[in-house]
Formats: sequence, C-alpha cells, structure tokens
Amino acid sequence: MKSQSIGQLALAAAALCYLFGVYFASSPVWMGFTINALVIAVIAMSWNITGGFGGLSSFGHAALYGTGAYASAILQVKYGMNAWVGFGAGILAGAAMGAFIGALSFRYGLRGSYFALVTLAFAEVLRICASSFEFTGGGSGLQLTLAPGLANLQFADRTVVYTALLFVVAVVMGLTALIKYSRFGAYLIAVRENEDAARALGIDTYRIKVQAMAISGAFGGLAGVLYLQLWLFIDSNVVYGSAVSIEALIGPIIGGAGTVWGPLLGTLGLHLLGEGAKHLLPNAPGLNFVLYAIVLICALRFLPQGLVGLAGKIGAFTRKKEDDNA
Amino acid sequence: MSSLIFPAVLSGLMMGAVYALVALGLTLIYGVLHIINFAHGSLLMLALYAVYFLWSYFGVDPYLAIPIVLPVFFVLGYCLQRGLITPMSNGSEQNILLITLAVSMIIENLALYFWTSNTRTADIAYAYDTVEILGAFLPLGRVIAFCAAIAVAPLLWCFMAYTRTGSAIRAVAIEKRGAELVGIDVNHTYAICFGMGTACVALAACLLLPTFYITPQVGYTFVLVAFTTVVLGGMGSLPGALIAGLLLGVIESLCGLFLGESLGQIGIFLAFILILLFKPSGLMGRAR
Repeated sequence: MKSQSIGQLALAAAALCYLFGVYFASSPVWMGFTINALVIAVIAMSWNITGGFGGLSSFGHAALYGTGAYASAILQVKYGMNAWVGFGAGILAGAAMGAFIGALSFRYGLRGSYFALVTLAFAEVLRICASSFEFTGGGSGLQLTLAPGLANLQFADRTVVYTALLFVVAVVMGLTALIKYSRFGAYLIAVRENEDAARALGIDTYRIKVQAMAISGAFGGLAGVLYLQLWLFIDSNVVYGSAVSIEALIGPIIGGAGTVWGPLLGTLGLHLLGEGAKHLLPNAPGLNFVLYAIVLICALRFLPQGLVGLAGKIGAFTRKKEDDNA
Repeated sequence: MSSLIFPAVLSGLMMGAVYALVALGLTLIYGVLHIINFAHGSLLMLALYAVYFLWSYFGVDPYLAIPIVLPVFFVLGYCLQRGLITPMSNGSEQNILLITLAVSMIIENLALYFWTSNTRTADIAYAYDTVEILGAFLPLGRVIAFCAAIAVAPLLWCFMAYTRTGSAIRAVAIEKRGAELVGIDVNHTYAICFGMGTACVALAACLLLPTFYITPQVGYTFVLVAFTTVVLGGMGSLPGALIAGLLLGVIESLCGLFLGESLGQIGIFLAFILILLFKPSGLMGRAR
C-alpha cells in the first residue's frame, strides 16, 4: 500500500461511494443493475489472477464460470443437495476445471495466442456438451425451485442479496490483495514478466501457473454459483457462452490488469456506460457490447495500465515507483 | 450404415473445402503478422450479408458478385489493418489479438442491431440441384464451392512464390527488420496481407451463400473451425490449411453421422484441443 497515489485513492473512494450509495437509491433498478455488475466483477477478478498477474490471457473463462454454475445446479436439482453444499461444490468444481485446463495446456508449453485458443476451445466443448447431454438439462437448461430462506441462499429482500454480494466481492478482493503481496504473487508476476528468467531463478513455473489457474477457477466457479443463486436458471449458452469470456477479460483490461481494484472499477465503469446507452437507445440490443469494444480499443491504445494506471499518475506520492500500481 | 459413410465423407469434403478457404485467409494473416484474427468470422458474416443484399435487392447472382465483393473486402481489410490495428495496438501481440476481438464485437453487434437476429437464406433456384458423384448425390452449390476452393489454394501459393508482392510478404514474415532494411514497406505489406485474407473470406461468402443460412452469429461457428484448421495445418502454411480444412470437414461430417447432428462440431473442437496440446506446430508447420 506504499505507492498509492491520490488519484487511485479517489478512484477507490468513488467506487465505494457508489456501492454504498446504492443502498439509498430509491429505485430498485439501480440495485438490480449493480448486483449484475458485481457478479461480472467476480468473474473479472478471476480472469485478473491469471490474465493480470500471470500474463496468461484466457479467452475462455466461461469454462470456469459455467462449470461452477452447472456443478452447483446439478447437485441441487438432481441430487436434492442444499444450496450451501452446491456453493462449495461450485467453487471446487471451478478450481478443478481451472487446474485441469492449466495442467494440460502448460504441460505442453502453450503460451500467448495458443493458450488463448485452447481456453476458447475448452469453453466451446463444454458448451456443446452441456447443451447435448440429458444430465445437464440439455438445451432447456436447469431450473432451481424458488424457496426463500438462508438454507437455500435465496432471499426475498434484494438489500440482503446485495449486502451478501458486497461481502463476497470484498472477500475476493481481499484474497486478490493477499495473493498480490505474497511470495506466490511475486512468483506469478515474475512468470508474466519473463518466464524463462523466472525458471532460471529456480521458480517452478509450471506449478505456479497451474496453481494460478486453480485459484482463478475457484473465483470463476464462485461467480457462476452467484449467477445461479441470483437467477435460479442456467443454460449452456448463458453460462458457457462467449459473452462471459469476453466480459471476464474486458473489465480487468480497462480497469487495470494485475491490480486489486482494476476488475471492479473496469466492470462497474463499463456497466454504467452500457446502462446509460440503454436508456438513450432503448431498442438496441448488443449496443453495450459495441461501446465496450470501442472503450477497449481506446484503453489498449491510451491506457496501457487501465484506469488504475491512469489514476496512479495523478498526484503520485512517490515519483520513483510510478509503474508499481495498487 | 456403411452405405452412409461414403456420402458423408463426400459431403464433409465439400464443406471442408469452404473451411479451407476461410482458413487460407486466416493462415495468410497469421503467417505474416503472427496474430490470430478474431474478426475473421465477423468479416465472413459481413461478406455473407453483402452478397445476400446484392442478390435480394439487385438480383446479382452470388457467383457474379465475386468481382464486386472481392475488391471491396480487400480494401476493407487493408484499411482495417492500416487504419485501426497498426495504430491502436502499440505493437504488442496481445493487444492486436484484443483489438481484432473488439472489431468482431462491433461488427457482430451492429449487424444484430441493423439486420436483427432473423435467419435468412437466399433461395437460389439451382443451388440444390443435385449432382451424382460415384453414387452419392450432392447439392450443386456445394460442388461448385469445393472446386473453387480447391482452385484458389494453388493460385494463392503461386502468388506467394512467384510475384514481387509475394516475395515481399514472405520476406516480412521471415525477418521484419531485415525486410525493412532492404526497402520493403512493412506496414503496407501487412495491410496487403490482411486485405488478401479478408478477400478470401469474401470469396468464401460468395460460394457459401447459395447453400447456407445467414445470421449475425454465423461467423462464430466458422471462426472456431478456421482456428482449428489453421492450427492443424500448421500456422502460416497454405497447403496445410487446405488439407486440414478437408480433413476437418470429414471429421465433422462423420461425427455428425455417428454422434448425432448437434454433436458434430464436438469432433472438431476435441481435435483442436488435442492438436494444440500434442502437436501445436501442426501437420505442415515449421517446428516452433
């Protein structure tokens, strides 16, 4: 926390003000909208572990999100398990899927574009499987029964849902910060900066990368479970679709890849923009994605370190550590 | 069952030729620019709509649309590379990947907005006339597409091998700095390459339209198959892309036959993952 700038603190404060301001907004629309954005922020944080810290750009994070959602839904619908079991199982399943994809890809030394493609292919295979097999509900998906109560993780009051979600987001961000400032995080960043040099220094890069994928998978599975508990319905196109993979990577890149606050800020900013556009042009589905894409291109060109990096340049306390962002 | 296998293989080859044509464009771009063009499928979709509207508003036959659509898409590809991808990417490989992804998001969602998600088909009278080949009946449109795609691959190869532009492209692909030193305009060559890749897609669209449907999402199915084809053939290899395209067409067709229609494509993606894992240099690619 040493090298934070006034700009970054202001940015974080603005996000917090917004998140708490939602409690006092009179319209329930804001809360519903923010709840959606927060679920996406969790999958963005999942991408940030591998894509941001590890430099392993995945184009198929839907594979993790969908696996978490399906694992939880299958346990609840087909085996009558309690939602808490589903919650834990979803996280574990996501982690297992992440470790599996990572172990396979890194065993054979896939990097860069090849890793991007193989993750994309995994998401696509899972999507087709989920829409074809009876076990996963096939094309019609899986539906949870609506039964409010703590045991089912379903609450009639949106405020409770929102508070719980804020808590989850805070935990994930706290874990991200822990990872970033741990020895493991330092290894992971070393892998991103120069994998060969990291290996030469004695870092087991294969293990580090697989562990990063497992952690990312746990967060991704968590996001999928959150989606399931909020909407009580999933099908293969919703949770394994390419839109999830795109949203997972676009938020962190715009907010600042490899930072603790980046995924949250990027996702919230994008969703606010998309929501604003929806109000201006109500009958334009997909318009938000056009905007996201334009913002993404501009961010790649003008904000190589995202919003957090930009804010870092405003009123930096220590000029020497400019590249070391929050 | 065995009587069904032969026709399935043949119809797989027909589809595979179109996959090969789409993949030729992609492999051309990869071979020189070393980027994976995520916008390739969206450009195919755009070309399909262009051919469709030429046919439905002006009555231009899809095959006669080739001399109109091909140059237009060459210029579009050229401008896209020179005007957007090069200036916006800061030269990093990952950024180029993400920019092509962003371009595809823009094209696809605008298409969804302007043309809605309705599936369209061009009802061209002769497209489904059948041709009998060795006892199997195949739609005429598919047979034409097959022949054209098979003809284009050697043409492209000759272009690369025997023309000045072709040698410039190869020079840039092998050693960018060296090519620059001997006076080759690298950005121009990149853009030419991107234009040619896009023109391949436009040609594929003209050949596909008579026997295929169009939706704003149609590019997505093709782009994944094209990635697989390019990786299987060896990134940057033209003959590899042709062989791999045909092979994948057959794999898809046979998987469709044995596993059911909806699982047909799973064969392709499983093949994709296996190739990426075990032989990422592909059938004809140079070792990495």
